[in-house]
Amino acid sequence: MNNNKQLDLAAFRARIGGAKEYWRSLDELARADALDDAELDEVMFREFPRQAAPLATGVDRRNFMKLMGASMAFAGLAACNRPEQKIIPYTKQPEGLIPGRPLYFATAMTLGGVATGVLAESHMGRPTKIEGNPDHPSSLGATDAFTQASVLGLYDPDRSQVVRHLGEISTWSDFIAGIQPALQAAQKDGAGLRLLTQTITSPTLGAQIQQLLAQYPGMKWHQWEPVNRDNVREGRRMAFGGYVNTVYDFSKANVVVSLDSDFLGSGPGHLRYARDFMSRRRVRKGQTKEINRLYAIESGPSNSGSVADHRLAVRPSQIEGYARAIAAGLGLAAAGGTTEHAKWIATLVRDLQDNRGASVVVAGDEQPPAVHAIVHAINQTLGNVNTTVLVTDPIEAAPANQLESLRQLVTDMNAGKVKALIILGGNPVFDAPADFEFSHAMAKVPYRAHLSLYYDETSLLAHWHIPETHYLESWSDARAHDGVVSIVQPLIAPLYNGRSPHEVMGTLIGGLDQTPYETVRTYWKTKAPGLNFESEWKKWLHDGVAGSAPAPRFVGASTGIPAPAAAKQSSGYEIVLRHDPTIYDGRFANNGWLQELPKPHTKITWENAVLVSPKTAREIGMGDRQREELENERSTWLVELGYRGKTLRLPIWVVPGHPDGVLTVSFGYGREQGGRIAGGEAKFIENPYEHQIAGVNVYPIRFSDALHGAAGATIALLSSGYRIACTQEHQNIEAAGNRGIIRSASFEEYQKNPSFVRESGNEEERRIESMWPGHQYRQTDPDGPAKYAWAMSIDTSVCTGCNGCVIACQSENNIAIVGKDQVWREREMHWLRIDRYYKGSPENPETFHQPVPCMQCENAPCEPVCPVEATSHNQDGLNDMTYNRCVGTRYCSNNCPYKVRRFNFYHYSDFETPALKAMRNPDVTVRTRGVMEKCTYCVQRINAAKIAAEKDDRRVRDGGIVTACQQACPTEAIIFGDLNDPTSRVSQLKREPTNYGLLEELNTRPRTTYLAAIRNPNPEIKAD
Amino acid sequence: MAPNEQTPLHEVRPVTQRIPERFVPVPTIEPGHSFASITDHISSIVLRRKTPAGWVIGFAITFVLVMVLTATIAKLVFVGVGVFGINHPVGWGFDIINFVWWIGIGHAGTLISAILLLLRQEWRTSINRFAEAMTLFAVASAGLYPLLHTGRPWYAYWLFPYPNTMGLWPQFRSPLMWDVFAVSTYATVSLLFWYVGLIPDLATLRDRAPSLLAKRIYGMLALGWRGSARHWYRYEHAYLLLAGLSTPLVLSVHTIVSFDFAVAVIPGWHSTFFPPYFVAGAVFAGFAMVLTLAIPTRKFFRLEDFITMKHLENMGKVMLATGLIVAYSYVMEAFFAWYSGNLYEWYMMTNRWQGPYKHMYAALIVCNGLAPQLMWIRRIRTSAVGLFITAMFVNVGMWLERFVIIPTSLHRDFLPSSWGMYHGTMYDWSMYIGSIGLFLCLLFLFVRFLPLISIFEMRTLLPEAHAEAHEEH
Amino acid sequence: MAQIFHRSTNTISRVTIFGSVFIAGFILWVIGGIVRAPYATDQNVTRDQPVPFSHQHHVAGLGIDCRYCHTSVEESNFAGLPPTATCMNCHAQIWTNANMLEPVRASFASGKPLVWSRVHRLPQFVRFNHSIHVAKGIGCASCHGRIDRMALTYQAAPLTMEWCLSCHRAPENFVRPRGEVFNMAYEPANQEIDGPRLVKEYKIQKLTTCSTCHY
Repeated sequence: MNNNKQLDLAAFRARIGGAKEYWRSLDELARADALDDAELDEVMFREFPRQAAPLATGVDRRNFMKLMGASMAFAGLAACNRPEQKIIPYTKQPEGLIPGRPLYFATAMTLGGVATGVLAESHMGRPTKIEGNPDHPSSLGATDAFTQASVLGLYDPDRSQVVRHLGEISTWSDFIAGIQPALQAAQKDGAGLRLLTQTITSPTLGAQIQQLLAQYPGMKWHQWEPVNRDNVREGRRMAFGGYVNTVYDFSKANVVVSLDSDFLGSGPGHLRYARDFMSRRRVRKGQTKEINRLYAIESGPSNSGSVADHRLAVRPSQIEGYARAIAAGLGLAAAGGTTEHAKWIATLVRDLQDNRGASVVVAGDEQPPAVHAIVHAINQTLGNVNTTVLVTDPIEAAPANQLESLRQLVTDMNAGKVKALIILGGNPVFDAPADFEFSHAMAKVPYRAHLSLYYDETSLLAHWHIPETHYLESWSDARAHDGVVSIVQPLIAPLYNGRSPHEVMGTLIGGLDQTPYETVRTYWKTKAPGLNFESEWKKWLHDGVAGSAPAPRFVGASTGIPAPAAAKQSSGYEIVLRHDPTIYDGRFANNGWLQELPKPHTKITWENAVLVSPKTAREIGMGDRQREELENERSTWLVELGYRGKTLRLPIWVVPGHPDGVLTVSFGYGREQGGRIAGGEAKFIENPYEHQIAGVNVYPIRFSDALHGAAGATIALLSSGYRIACTQEHQNIEAAGNRGIIRSASFEEYQKNPSFVRESGNEEERRIESMWPGHQYRQTDPDGPAKYAWAMSIDTSVCTGCNGCVIACQSENNIAIVGKDQVWREREMHWLRIDRYYKGSPENPETFHQPVPCMQCENAPCEPVCPVEATSHNQDGLNDMTYNRCVGTRYCSNNCPYKVRRFNFYHYSDFETPALKAMRNPDVTVRTRGVMEKCTYCVQRINAAKIAAEKDDRRVRDGGIVTACQQACPTEAIIFGDLNDPTSRVSQLKREPTNYGLLEELNTRPRTTYLAAIRNPNPEIKAD
Repeated sequence: MAPNEQTPLHEVRPVTQRIPERFVPVPTIEPGHSFASITDHISSIVLRRKTPAGWVIGFAITFVLVMVLTATIAKLVFVGVGVFGINHPVGWGFDIINFVWWIGIGHAGTLISAILLLLRQEWRTSINRFAEAMTLFAVASAGLYPLLHTGRPWYAYWLFPYPNTMGLWPQFRSPLMWDVFAVSTYATVSLLFWYVGLIPDLATLRDRAPSLLAKRIYGMLALGWRGSARHWYRYEHAYLLLAGLSTPLVLSVHTIVSFDFAVAVIPGWHSTFFPPYFVAGAVFAGFAMVLTLAIPTRKFFRLEDFITMKHLENMGKVMLATGLIVAYSYVMEAFFAWYSGNLYEWYMMTNRWQGPYKHMYAALIVCNGLAPQLMWIRRIRTSAVGLFITAMFVNVGMWLERFVIIPTSLHRDFLPSSWGMYHGTMYDWSMYIGSIGLFLCLLFLFVRFLPLISIFEMRTLLPEAHAEAHEEH
Repeated sequence: MAQIFHRSTNTISRVTIFGSVFIAGFILWVIGGIVRAPYATDQNVTRDQPVPFSHQHHVAGLGIDCRYCHTSVEESNFAGLPPTATCMNCHAQIWTNANMLEPVRASFASGKPLVWSRVHRLPQFVRFNHSIHVAKGIGCASCHGRIDRMALTYQAAPLTMEWCLSCHRAPENFVRPRGEVFNMAYEPANQEIDGPRLVKEYKIQKLTTCSTCHY
C-alpha cells in the first residue's frame, strides 16, 4: 500500500506529542482534552466498551481462553470480575444537549462541487449518520450512497493526519513560512503563480479566489474535475450563447427521452430528479389516470435505462445520429440523422409532439456538445424550455472548459512558466488525462503544494502536503443543482488536524488569518447586510438552505442544429469510459462501504471489469457453456484490453442489455496511494495470494481527445478462473420457472386487470389454509396499551436500484465489511440487498430491481428452529434477533426462504480502530464473531419512537418511525408503518391490488410486501 | 504378527464332509471348540504379553490423525467457523454431513445387540460386543460436530435446559434441541449396555490376568463379579431390560436427526418420509461399517472360527435389505417431487440431476443404489473380499447421500438471487479425517485391552452349553 | 485364587457409587450459587471514587431531589451525571475549603473532568431507558435500593436478566404512583390492589420480548 512514511495513529500522536490535536474533536464526548495519552485510550475504551473484543481473531488470546474456559467450566461465570468501568461527566454541560439523546444539524455535502443538503446525526458530539435534508431542493430528504458513506470517510483512519514537507512531518506554521518566498516571487505581477481546483460552487471560496486573483493579476486559476461536465457546459453555451445552468422539472413531464443520460442515477440533482420523475410513476388504485413514459437510448446499462419503458442499446457514437433523427422528425433542419429504428423514432417523435411543453429530452454528460445543443433545440421547439427545462445562472463560481484549462496549465508547466502550483483538493496526478502526463509536467514546477484528504498520488509529488478537512469538520458553503446556497457547518472539530480550503486561501491572501467560520460568515454578512442578519444566519443554519433558488432567466435556446462533425473512420471495438458507480472517480476508493457495495447492474464488488454484451462475449470466444459456468462459480476470464498502444488486464463481465461491440470500463480503481482499503488489504483473506490493489487503473487509457471513450479498442481473452467477488449472477427471471418473485405489467394491462398479480403469481399461494388462527396483533382493547403491527411496502415500479438504502442500512446498523475474498465466498453482510432480475432476451432485456430486507414473517421459519430462542417474535410482529443469545448454529439462515440472514463467520467488526468505534451508532450492538444478524426494521428507531409516544400517552404517529432505508430512498419506494392504523400509508399500500408478498405460497405471511412493477410502454411500439 | 503359542484344539477336525458343502448350514462357530479353547483364544488376544507390531503401527497412524483433529479444533475455536466452506446460502456443510454420517454408523451396533438379541438371533453373539464398541466410538465422533459447528462453541451449553440467571429455557420446538436429548440418551444407553455386557468377561480377564496390576484394574471394572447364580440372574434381567430400552432408540435417534431436515421448509429437506428413510440408511451404513471393520480384524486376530462366513453373509443380507429401502427412498423422493407438482421441489430434483453437483448424485446412485445389488450373488456375499469392497462402496455412498441432502438442497433454494455454491475447505477435510482417526484410535485401544468377542456368550453357542441346560431341569 | 482386593473394597465401592450422585448434585448447586453471588454480579460492592460522595447526606440529609443532579432521567435513556458545575453551585459557597472536595474544585478550575467509576453497569448489548421506567411509575428505589441510606453508593440489585424479568413479567408487584417515583421511602400500602390498578391506568405492558432490551 502506502510508502513507509504513512503513519499510524499511535506513532503520529507520539511525534506531535500528546493527543490534544487528534482528540480535541472528541472532547464533548470523552471530555478527553485534558487527559493524557494513556488515560485517553482508557476513555475511548470506556466510551465504546469492547465487550466481546477478547473473542477477536488474533486479539488477546489469553483473555479469550480465560473467557472460554470460564464459560465452559462454570456456566455463566464468564461475567464475573469484569474490568472496572469509568464514567465521566462534563465539567460544564453544553446547552441544549441531553446526554444519551442524538442531535441533528443541517449541513451539505458536495460532489463534483454540487451540494446535497443533509442532516447529520450527532451522538454526544460525534456524527454517526447522514440523513437527507427535506428542505433542500437537491435532496428532499433523500440521500445517495456517496452521501451516506461520507460519514465513514470522515473517520477513515487512513486520512492524511499531518502537514508534510517533502514527505516528512511538518507543521502548518512551517507551511505558511515556506510559501512566503513563492508569494514574494509572484509579488510583482503574479505570473507563474497557479491555482488548481476542482469544480467550485462555494460563493465564499469563489470570492476568496477572485480576491487572490486581484492581488496577483498574472496569476491563473485552473479547474479540473475528472468526472467531466465540459460537454454539458459547452452544449449549453452553443444553445444559449453563454454559460448557463439548466434545471429539469420531471414532475411536469409526461414523456421523457434520455439520450445516454443517467439523470436518475448520477449527476447534479439526480436525487431530486428521481423523486420528481417517479412521482409521475406511482400507480395507485383509483387515483392514477396516467403515468409518464421514458424512452432511453443509451450506450450501457444505467439506472435510468433500467426503469425505461423503451430502451435502445446503441454505440455511444450512434447517439448523435438518433438525436438528429429526432430533431429532423420535429422539423428541425438536422443533417445526418440515423435511419435505424426509423419506426421507433417516428413513434417517439409523435409522442413528444403530443406532449409539447410537457416533455423533457436529456442528453448524457458524456455526449459531445453538439448532442446537447441539439437536445436544447428540441426542447425549445417542443416548448419545454422555461416549463420543464428551466435556465438559470451557472452555479459554478467560475464556469470554464476544464479540459482546456488543465491543458493550458500542463503546457505552461512544461514550458516552465509555472513557478508555484497550489492544488486545492483533487488528485490530478492520478486522474488527469493520460496524454497530459501531468506528473511529468508537475515535476517541473519549483514549488508545489497540495491540499487533500489523503496523502495520495499527487501529494507524493508535492513539496507540501496539507491534510484537508472533511465537510463535517469545517465551515463552508456550496450551491445545489438549482443554485440554492447551503451553509456547510461542521459537527466536529478536525479529527486529523486538517485545514479547510478557506484557511489555505486565507494564508495566500495574507492579512489577518480568519477561521473558516469567520470567512464564511463575513462573506454572507457583506452579501446580505441588514439588521436581521443574525436571525437570517440562524435560520440558514437551521434549515440548511440559505435563501431561495435564483430565478430562472426566461431565455430561449437557439434552434440551430450544429453541422455534424466529420465522421471519424473507426475500427475495432468502441470503448466507453465511465466514472465508477460506487467509488466515483477514485476519491472513495478507501471507503470500505462503497468498495463492498455491489454495483447496480453487475453486482460486482471491490473492482472494475470490462462490461460486454453476450454477443460480443461470443465474438471474442466466450462460448455459452463458459458463461453458464460463470453463473455457478464466481469466476470469470481475464482479458487484455488494447487501446492506442496501451494495454490493460481486467476481468470481463457479460451484461445483458449492453450494446454490442462496446466495451465499458469504469475509472477510479487501481489506487496505489489510496490507503489500506483501496490497497485491497483485508483482514479475512483466506488465501493471501489473492491480496491485490482493488481494481485496475483505467486512467492510463483516458485521453484528452476521447475523455469518454472512442472506437479502436481491441480485446483478447487471456485466462479463465479469475476470482471475481460478485454477489448475484445473471438470473433471468424465467430461468427457474415462474416463482412470482417479480410481477410486472404494462399500465394498459393494469387498467384492464388491476389485480393481475394474483394470476401472475405461483398458483399455490391462493390455496393457503391454516388450522391455527394465528396470533392477533389487532388493537382489541382501545384503552389498553397501544398495539402495533409494523410492516413495510416496497414499490418495485419506482425503484431505480440506486443503492442508497443499502449504505444507509450499513451506516445505521453498524454492519461490518468483510473484504473481497469473503464476498467471493458469499459471506457479504448487507442486511438489505437489491436483487436484480432480467426478463426477456439477453440482448435487450427488461431489468427489475428488488430491494430485499428481512420479510419479518408472521410465521417465520427461522424462529422455531433456533435451539436457544435467539430469534423470536415480539408483540408487534417483529422478528427479533438477539445477538447476545445466539450460539451460531446457522439453522435459521438455512431455513430462511429469503436468505436475508447474515452470519459473522469471522470477527468481522473492527474492535481495534478507535476512530471507527467513534463512528458507530451507539444504539445498535456491534456484533461479534459467530453470531447471526439480520434486518430488524431499525428496531432501535421503533423503540425510541414508542418510548416517546408512551411517555405522552399517545400512539406512534404514521411516519413517526422512518427506517434508514426508507429515509435514504430518493423515490419513496420504501414505506414503513403500522398495519393496525388503517389510515397509515403502509396500510393503504397493502390494500393496493398490485400488492404481493414474496413466496406467499409458503405461508410465511411476510410483513414486507411488494407493489408490482408497472411500466408504460407505448402501445404503438409493442412490436419491437 | 506373532503366531499363537498353544495350537488350538480345533486343528484336529472330525471328517464329515460328504454332502456338497452348500447344503451344510454354515455354523456360527466352527466345530471342535470347547469352553476352554474359546476362553483361551479370545482372552489371549488381550492378555498376551507381546503387543503385535501390526497393532502398534495401526495405533500410531490413527493417533497422528487424532492430533490432526486436535489441531483443526484449535484453529476452529480461535479463528472461527469461517475456516469451513460454509457461506450464506449453505449454512451447513461437512460438519452436519459428518454428524449424520457418524450417528448413522452407530446404529448397527445397537441394532445387533438389542434387536437381534430380542429376536433370539444367536449368530449375533460373536459380533455384538464389537459392534457395540463401534457404536460408542461412532457416537463419540459424531458428538464433536454439533458442538463445534456452532459459531460460539463456548456457549453451546445454552442448549441444555438448566435453571440460569437469564430466566430462560431453550427453544423446545427446535429439532436441534431434540438432537441434544436423542444423542445424549443414545450415548448413555449404549455405554451402559456395552459395559454391562462386558462385566462377566472382565471378571474372566481378572482371573486370568498375569500381573497383579492388570488383575486389579480388571477387578475394579468387573465390579466384584463372581459368576454366582444370583449374579447371572440379575445380569440376565439387566441385560434384557437394557436391550428393551435401546430397541426404540435404534428408531428414535435417527428419526430425530432426520427431523433436523424434515422440519425445515427447504425443498429437498421438507419431506415426510425422512424418518424411515434415514433409519434404514443408518442401519445400512452401520452394517457396512461393521463389515469394514470385522473383516480385517477377523483376519488379523485369526477369529475366522468365531466370526464365521455365516455372520458376514447375514450382514451382507441385512445390507441388501436396507439398501433396497434406501434405493426405494431415492425413487420416491424423485416421484414425490414430480407428483407434488411443486415448482421448487421439482427444480430441486432436476438440479440434483443436472445441476453443478450432478456428479455427486450419480456417484451416490452407484454406491448406494447399484453396489448393494451385488449382495444378490451368493459368491460375492460369501467372499470376505467381495463383502469388504461392497461395504466400502456403501460407506462412501452414505456420506454422499448426506452431501446431496444438505448442500445440494441449500445451494439453490427459493430465490435465484441468493443461489450459491459450496466446497469443503482444507479444514473441513482435516476435521473429517481427524474424526475417523479418533474412531479408529479408540477401536485399536478397545481390541487391545478388552475382549472384542463376548467370551461367555460364545460359550453358550457350544452344544455342551445346551446339554448342561437340559440337565438342569 | 489369591485375593486381589481388601475386603473393605465392597463397602468403598458401594459408597462411591451412591455418593457420586450427591457429589455431582452438590457441585451444580454451588455453581448455581456462585453465578448469583455478588462475586459474579458486583451486588453490594462499593467502588473507590475520586470524591467519597454520600447520597445519604445529600438525599436524606439535605433532601435534594434526584433530578437536581440526574437531570436527564425523565427525557433520556441515560439518567445523566452532574457536571462539576452542578457541584459547584453549592460548594462554591459551602465547604469551600474542605480537603475532601479538592478534586471537585480542581476539576472546575482546570476543566478536567472528574472520573467516577461506574456503579451500575449493564453489558453493551442491553438497552435500558430510564425515562420510560420513570414515566411508567417505577421508583428509583425499586432498582437502586435505598440510595438515601448509602454513605457510599453501591449496586443494590443483582442486575441479572432474571432479576429484570421478575418485574417485566409481573410489573404489578413493583409499580407505584407516579408521584412517588422519586420518593425513596415509599412503602406501598396495599400493592395487591394498587398494583393492578396502576398497571391498567398507566397502560403498562408486560414486555418480555427480546427486542425490548436487546438490539
